[in-house]
Amino acid sequence: MLDLVLALVVAAMLVAGGIFTFLAALGVVRLPDVYTRMHAASKAGTVGSGLMLLAAGLHSLDVAIFTRALAGFLFFVLTAPIAAHLIARAAHEAGYRPTRHTMLDEMRDARERAGKKR
Amino acid sequence: MGADTILSAAATIALFLMGAAFFLTAFRIVRGPTLPDRIVALDMLVAIAIGFIAVIALKTGFSLYIDIAIALGLVGFLATVAFARFVLRHGLQPEDAQAENAAHGNNKRRGPRARAARQTGRRR
Repeated sequence: MLDLVLALVVAAMLVAGGIFTFLAALGVVRLPDVYTRMHAASKAGTVGSGLMLLAAGLHSLDVAIFTRALAGFLFFVLTAPIAAHLIARAAHEAGYRPTRHTMLDEMRDARERAGKKR
Repeated sequence: MGADTILSAAATIALFLMGAAFFLTAFRIVRGPTLPDRIVALDMLVAIAIGFIAVIALKTGFSLYIDIAIALGLVGFLATVAFARFVLRHGLQPEDAQAENAAHGNNKRRGPRARAARQTGRRR
């Protein structure tokens, strides 16, 4: 009985992770510019692979292995926003423009204001 | 329906979805159009590979694969940081400037680094 419940939970996590990863890839292909693509890749992609890692750790029923899987998951959750922020900042600084549907670009506004002051 | 059947079916579904995601992301890497797009897609590709490794660890029962996934995540993060530093350092790539102009028309909203990059590009 417990076996079946564990299998169901792990299976649900696997399928959910797969769906998240697929939707992230769909976003990377379909969204219009770097910044929106990054938003799909870094959020949904991290959750997808993190769920898979947790499922693998849970399936083993071993505290040592589950702890390692949890450590990996925490590492990804911590590093993905940092990586995305670094790329976004570098791209914006280098002059890659967001799509023209963008309503608010505070970094550009701040830079223009700083340029006027000088 | 036993526990093994459920797990194996779920692993197959997950592998199939991730295979599709892998191809979509590879399409974005090939297509571009700019360097940051490719960097984001490569980052995504590392995440998908980690997911693959986790599913294989679950399917085969070798828990050592989880350590490999962690190591791959570390390498992927370092690669992304290095690429971001590269973009910050070198500014707008010359071939990307053309793609940008084709996509947005020629207006003068540019960052200071872009202007510097264009000047160095002209000098070369």
